[in-house]
Amino acid sequence: MQEICGRIHSLESFGTLDGPGVRFVVFLQGCPLRCRYCHNPDTQPFGGGREVTVSELMRQIESCRNFIRSGGVTLSGGEPLAQPEFARELLTRCRAAGFHTALDTSGAYALSHSRSVIEAADLLLLDIKAFDPELCRRLTGADNSNALATLDDCEAKGKPVWIRHVLVPGYTLELSQLQELAAFLARFRCVERVELLPFHRMAEFKWRQLGVEDPLAGIPEPTAAEVKTAEEIFTAAGLTAVV
Amino acid sequence: MDFNDGAWRTEVNVRDFIQLNYTPYDGDREFLAPPTARTLRLWEELSERMKLERERNGVYDIDEKTISTITSHEAGYIDRELETIVGLQTDEPLKRAIMPFGGIRLIHTELEAYGRKMDPTVEHVFRYRKTHNDGVFDVYTDEMKRVRHAGVITGLPDSYGRGRIIGDYRRVPLYGVDFLIEEKKRAKREMVFDVMDSDLIRRREEVAEQIKSLGELKEMAQKYGFDISRPAQDTKEAIQWLYFAYLAAVKEQNGAAMSIGRISTFLDCYAERDLASGKYTESEIQEFVDHFIMKLRIVRFLRTPAYDELFSGDPTWVTESVGGMSLDGRHMVTKMSYRFLHTLVNLGPAPEPNLTVLWSARLPENFKRFCADISIQTSSIQYENDDLMRVKFGDDYGIACCVSAMRIGKQMQFFGARCNLAKALLYAINGGRDVKCNNEQIGPAIPFLGNCEYLDYNEVMRNFEEITDWLAKLYIDTLNIIHYMHDKYCYERIEMALHDEEIVRTMAGGIAGLSVLADSLSAIKYAKVKPIMNEAGLVSEFITEGDFPKFGNNDDRVDSIAVGIVKSFQRKLARHKTYRNSKPTMSILTITSNVMYGKKTASTPDGRKSGEPFAPGANPMHGRDVNGAVASLKSVAKLPYDYAEDGISNTFSIVPGSLGKTPEEKRENLITLLDGYFAERGHHLNVNVLHREMLLDAMDHPEKYPQLTIRVSGYAVNFIRLTREQQLDVVNRTFHNRF
Repeated sequence: MQEICGRIHSLESFGTLDGPGVRFVVFLQGCPLRCRYCHNPDTQPFGGGREVTVSELMRQIESCRNFIRSGGVTLSGGEPLAQPEFARELLTRCRAAGFHTALDTSGAYALSHSRSVIEAADLLLLDIKAFDPELCRRLTGADNSNALATLDDCEAKGKPVWIRHVLVPGYTLELSQLQELAAFLARFRCVERVELLPFHRMAEFKWRQLGVEDPLAGIPEPTAAEVKTAEEIFTAAGLTAVV
Repeated sequence: MDFNDGAWRTEVNVRDFIQLNYTPYDGDREFLAPPTARTLRLWEELSERMKLERERNGVYDIDEKTISTITSHEAGYIDRELETIVGLQTDEPLKRAIMPFGGIRLIHTELEAYGRKMDPTVEHVFRYRKTHNDGVFDVYTDEMKRVRHAGVITGLPDSYGRGRIIGDYRRVPLYGVDFLIEEKKRAKREMVFDVMDSDLIRRREEVAEQIKSLGELKEMAQKYGFDISRPAQDTKEAIQWLYFAYLAAVKEQNGAAMSIGRISTFLDCYAERDLASGKYTESEIQEFVDHFIMKLRIVRFLRTPAYDELFSGDPTWVTESVGGMSLDGRHMVTKMSYRFLHTLVNLGPAPEPNLTVLWSARLPENFKRFCADISIQTSSIQYENDDLMRVKFGDDYGIACCVSAMRIGKQMQFFGARCNLAKALLYAINGGRDVKCNNEQIGPAIPFLGNCEYLDYNEVMRNFEEITDWLAKLYIDTLNIIHYMHDKYCYERIEMALHDEEIVRTMAGGIAGLSVLADSLSAIKYAKVKPIMNEAGLVSEFITEGDFPKFGNNDDRVDSIAVGIVKSFQRKLARHKTYRNSKPTMSILTITSNVMYGKKTASTPDGRKSGEPFAPGANPMHGRDVNGAVASLKSVAKLPYDYAEDGISNTFSIVPGSLGKTPEEKRENLITLLDGYFAERGHHLNVNVLHREMLLDAMDHPEKYPQLTIRVSGYAVNFIRLTREQQLDVVNRTFHNRF
């Protein structure tokens, strides 16, 4: 049988920000979205990165067992759901090897395409880019209908979800937007945590390297007070918010 | 209440005392006491003086008139009203003494560097008294002088005190000096064997010197009004007695590393007794500890600017080993372990004493959490693998300097600095010639490998074997001379008085440039390396075409090369006859000298340019470990401790945000990292949790960061006291950072 291959951008063997505990994070190459605030724009093109086999990755992951036994493995990107067979196989084999598995996705694909991959993950890190579909389209190039459907499906199946939401001044950092999103999310029992990610300017150099103009050039990072207000909105809605 | 009886009552056996009397502590940090008002005032006074010291170019004052010995100076105080633990190296805090027995020439250089003149009386004495340094240079061969000059063997303790000897300072409080003198006298009486040969004569003379030094120790304590001929009676006395013993050592020896051993759990036996009897409160005990630690923070030696270039930041390596496991399975964490680390909170971060946690997977979780929090807060702790070392050194070993384990009072080492193996590789390519040294023939004239389009891995390896054969022999021969002369002219009387008579000696060699070498060999093997000649027809640059595996990415193709180098060089060292039949060992440690070694090394096939720093210790090269911290640690953990028993240093730097989101997550993730690294048989890890931006700011505004401490290879330094070059080296290292 032909080994399943995929394209990856990079590996982070000490991932501490993408799921519980210390995690081996595989960043897959390629993403269908074009988020204006993307902090890893180098992971967007589908042709880039390098090709690896699932077995090769498993060898590396296995060798880090002493570090990730209480954490696990996370597939991130890029958009891991863009390579469903590869992602499914990798998650399945990680789970069989006894690792907790997480999938970090924007939910940009229809469930018909992504369902079997999501099933192979123990935790979904679901990025809700914007609650308002129009804003979402402006910000990412696509609306959020697939992401919301994915969330519904997780609720139905009892799959734990950590919501992620980037706070961008002038875009998502509107009080009314945040309140709407918080009220919406509070209805889901599957949502264990909401991670609010303040927009940061650290990716400027990456855009420069790619020779592309930073689409959010001139947008400031949110202030500490703004971030705190946002956090309180989610906490007030009964959600566990983490910045 | 009295201590539990055992063998320790009738013979010198500190371990036995500890094992029978210590109380493992599983609780949390809640019992700890904040600094007392007295402590804060005392620290403030010292901080003011240290500020003055920085303003005076790093040296507060020098007593250039007095040849420093155990009894040479009268009692000195910081503030007699406030101090609960007393004793200074000279008559004033931070004032540096001269210790010329290592080398009188060096004193000239040192005094000159700080605008002082040699005292005529001192100079007169040393017209008749030979020093260690004189002895060594009388005997060195021309070849030894050449390699020393070229810097392929480097950092040698031939003009400074070798250090790395830990007296068992605990013996003084436990037994009192009189008992120790009696034991030494008995040992000398019994030291009569079949043949009175030079070895035996030397040993008898050494014990005689040891006995004298113990007498002087008593005399010195007397100047402060203490009679330490008898055992200490309580915590305060135990700390004071122990400190006097250590103080005697640092009054007489300007050793490169003057470590203090493993004292906290020993001292806790007294503290538990005093707490139980109500003699002292927790606050009083913490005050003694805080005051004692202040003393250790102000140990000072007079050193040359050249020395500072090698070992920057004025380090003294007052290394204290905390924690670890007992052979019977109990952990050795006590309340005193907490109190020692708590000084980093009470007094703020500091590079000294060099607090070293002996980590075991089985340490209590509360203590692991405490350590991790203090690390995140202060970047002042280093961690070493007790599960790895306990097998070789038992449960009463300490760390000398940075990473060198030794049984306390039963083992010492002949410190041997290190060989620059990256430079050795260039010799292998250039037929033993050195392009950084006027293209001179330094090594043996082996075949030149530069006449080719691309370097051939097998040819390079063959030549490298030959060069390292030559180097290993020359290295051991050189160390034999150094240590013969050090024993003869600059013997560590008081430190050795606090050792058994029968001891294990190691000949501690070392290597620098491991990751540069491994990556260079990997480039030759897996990519194409084109040699470029200089005007003399020697290879001085390389063009490397294509990619190659790099050390620090958990990639066996190159990690196995690094492992091979370590094994092979240790085997080569072990083939040679050593002074006093010491056991050859090896460290992979550079301290801050990686910058200096890099300066003296031409471009290497891995893409490192001429003069650029090496990575420190066993670290992967800056920016080449691209798969995250775990992959980087995995690579280093593969280096076999059995072949580098003198220690494998690794420095880990991470920005706080990359450790996790919440404080609890950060702490737990750091614990996971330490547990993982040590489970993989990694030996040593420095942990820095810092922002690069803060370091950059500190370079420009040192006055804002008087206590900013950062771990470098094997020790901690006050960041603002590093040279600018070394500061840049630290800033340019891999800071594990992901967003």
